[in-house]
Amino acid sequence: MHFLLAGQPGDKCLLLGNEAMARGALEAGVSLATTYPGTPASEIGDRLYQVARETELYFEYSVNEKVALEVAMGAAAAGLRTLCAMKHVGVNVAADTLITLAYAGVKGGLVLVSADDPAMFSSQNEQDNRYYARLSGLPLLEPASPQEAKDMVVYAFALSEALKLPVILRTTTRINHARGVVTLGRLKAPQPHGYFQKDPFRQVLVPMVARRAHARLLQQQALAAQEAEQCPFNDIQGQGPWGVVASGVSVNYVQDAIADLGLADRVTMLKLGFTHPLPAELIGAFLGQVEKVLVVEELEPYLEEALRAVAQSQGLTLPIQGKAPELFSRLYEYHPRLVRQVIARFFGIDYQPPEVLGPAQILGCPVPERPPTLCPGCPHQAMYYTIKIALEELGLDAVFPSDIGCYTLGLLPPLGMADYMISMGASIGTAAGISRATDQPVVAFIGDSTFFHAGIPPLVNAVHHRHNFLLVILDNGTTAMTGHQPHPGVKPAPPGYDGQRIDLKELVQALGVDAVKVVHPLQYAPTLQTVKELLSQSGVRVLISRAPCLLYVQRLTGHKKTRTFYVGPECHDCRHCLDYFGCPALHPSLVPSEGGRMVIDAALCAGCGFCSQWCEAIHAQ
Amino acid sequence: MNDSVQLKIYFTGVGGQGTLLASRVLGEAAMTAGYAVLVSETHGMAQRGGVVTSTVIIGALASPIISPGEADIVVSFEALEAFRALSRCHSQTVVITNTAAIIPYSVAIGQAHYPAVERLMELIAPQVGQLLTLGAETLAQQAGSSLAVNMVLLGALAQTGRLPFPGKIIAGVIATRTPPKHVDTNLRAFQLGQEAIARQVPPRKLKTA
Repeated sequence: MHFLLAGQPGDKCLLLGNEAMARGALEAGVSLATTYPGTPASEIGDRLYQVARETELYFEYSVNEKVALEVAMGAAAAGLRTLCAMKHVGVNVAADTLITLAYAGVKGGLVLVSADDPAMFSSQNEQDNRYYARLSGLPLLEPASPQEAKDMVVYAFALSEALKLPVILRTTTRINHARGVVTLGRLKAPQPHGYFQKDPFRQVLVPMVARRAHARLLQQQALAAQEAEQCPFNDIQGQGPWGVVASGVSVNYVQDAIADLGLADRVTMLKLGFTHPLPAELIGAFLGQVEKVLVVEELEPYLEEALRAVAQSQGLTLPIQGKAPELFSRLYEYHPRLVRQVIARFFGIDYQPPEVLGPAQILGCPVPERPPTLCPGCPHQAMYYTIKIALEELGLDAVFPSDIGCYTLGLLPPLGMADYMISMGASIGTAAGISRATDQPVVAFIGDSTFFHAGIPPLVNAVHHRHNFLLVILDNGTTAMTGHQPHPGVKPAPPGYDGQRIDLKELVQALGVDAVKVVHPLQYAPTLQTVKELLSQSGVRVLISRAPCLLYVQRLTGHKKTRTFYVGPECHDCRHCLDYFGCPALHPSLVPSEGGRMVIDAALCAGCGFCSQWCEAIHAQ
Repeated sequence: MNDSVQLKIYFTGVGGQGTLLASRVLGEAAMTAGYAVLVSETHGMAQRGGVVTSTVIIGALASPIISPGEADIVVSFEALEAFRALSRCHSQTVVITNTAAIIPYSVAIGQAHYPAVERLMELIAPQVGQLLTLGAETLAQQAGSSLAVNMVLLGALAQTGRLPFPGKIIAGVIATRTPPKHVDTNLRAFQLGQEAIARQVPPRKLKTA
């Protein structure tokens, strides 16, 4: 039995925030759940995918976040409890649907988890998705711990059904990927069937319906504001003349700072968990009992500005501060020491934190960095190499729009094959724009999962408008970067996965591109020939580079490498492999007696044999 | 259970070395021993051969992460990463590190220099409270699998006497929470880690949970 199903009410488990939210959904009797994987949200869907195999829950990895939300809202319109999880930028993809869904409302509870990523551990931006609650008018919850994350999911379902509105649960990486002791509640069986009650003059959002629906949303918002006043996740703690306000993970940093600085008798903390609409009366009561206020929230001054508005409406003039050069930044994430320092500074307490050691200073030079790399045997790396060679042999200098996935690491030297990357699917539209604006050849890269997610409309556009570029679809059969989740073109499929497979080549062909070819990127000579042919043509050309992610195959089949390669004595040290390829297993020897000759690290070598196809000095063991 | 316990443990290593399993096992052990515990993990892009860190916070603290200069114990799976983690250390920090080097690609291609491991250790020692080193890879291989480096290091950590609960609680979690076919190897690796530190550190009376 899955561990999220095995726990009994009252049991204490050490759960990841994402696992706690999955458990919370199961305790709320979630009937349908959807996601598109993205760090830091991925494990919510991954655990529900596993659980769905043992229960009546329906789960799917949807093709993108917009579709994920639409599947969830359809089921919620039919009365089922549904959960939809995504990373913060995924909400941008789903936003068109989300904003108007707020007008239509829901029947069954719908909880949208938005996992934000302050400091951008695995993201292209650090947008603060609390503004989506303000933009859409929807209720917003922010948990401060894994326990609260679980409890808030249960609460959010009840709230969603009481208000007949979707509820946004906004987390950050340090909630999603923190483990804490979580006390379990009782599981509730999913409702197997819903029924769609027709109500077109509420649910078909043409202007005449939408005008009424917007007014209704404002009424529900007023009810939500009353609920926020009563909500147990909003709480005034302690008693003292100094006010501190915090939400999310920052609550913990504040609690520790108050204890560390010995301020328990001087600070009143307003802990906010229900943060849209905000509880104006509770905030007013808090502002009335303190002399000055420090707002501790990562990223944007969302609470800070709202607090000032409440103060203004109540005629209060006490100082309310948060973001300021000498206080908190709008950049990156916070941590305990930073919060302790700023609290001490704001309230005029003498506190000198211990000195922080500087490794580079102690070493007397920079400490070598260790950026992530493409894996040895990665088919993306082979494809990049071959295109690099083909362009050189044809004397072409191409521009490389890229996309979101492991292959974005093609940015790093020696490959240097990513020139422009903004968002999911954007490589293809960008390629069209660059090729229209310049005479430079354009080779765009996109992964298979990303292509299904957001690559099809821009490719249709490119065909229709007769654009001119080569698109390389790096088809490794899975969504590798986020943990090998299946997608519509998954190959090989995980055991028991019954999704209908959609063939990329047939799909691309049906769109009417000028040329489409499939290559196995680890077969060098035929791939090189095909790449050169495609580079010599014009129009919209698509190259499908098809070879499974090595890690995925290893995990799925337990397949181990059967051979490794070595560099023979005939190596004349041309360093071509270092300058053009950059496999992590292939580097100059670090053994002094070997004089820096090229070697292959047998432990790292994946045995793909790609390098032996273009270097005569490399052989199989 | 002692309410005054506050222990911040920082794990660091290279993607694929098993740091996350080590921090999770330690977190489970702390919970089993009756302590409040928080664990934070690195997932996503960094796991592709980059630096992977995790933290285990035991006792009366609410924050799941460790600021620069504030780790009580650093457990490093790799020599250079132990050195990089000096930024998390203070003058009383206990640093336990595997002495094996995993060469970053920038070093492999000659764009950067990997300092001699002995020199790194000599530079760490005077900055911190205690430095404990071991060849965890060799011990893991002796135990039956080079992948058991994480269990060797957990054994080493248990033997420092700095944890507020005995090593047998960690061994119990290893026995029940790691894959059955690896349990024997993992327990052997844990024991070899304990023995390696027992030879370096005079026995210290364990606080009982």
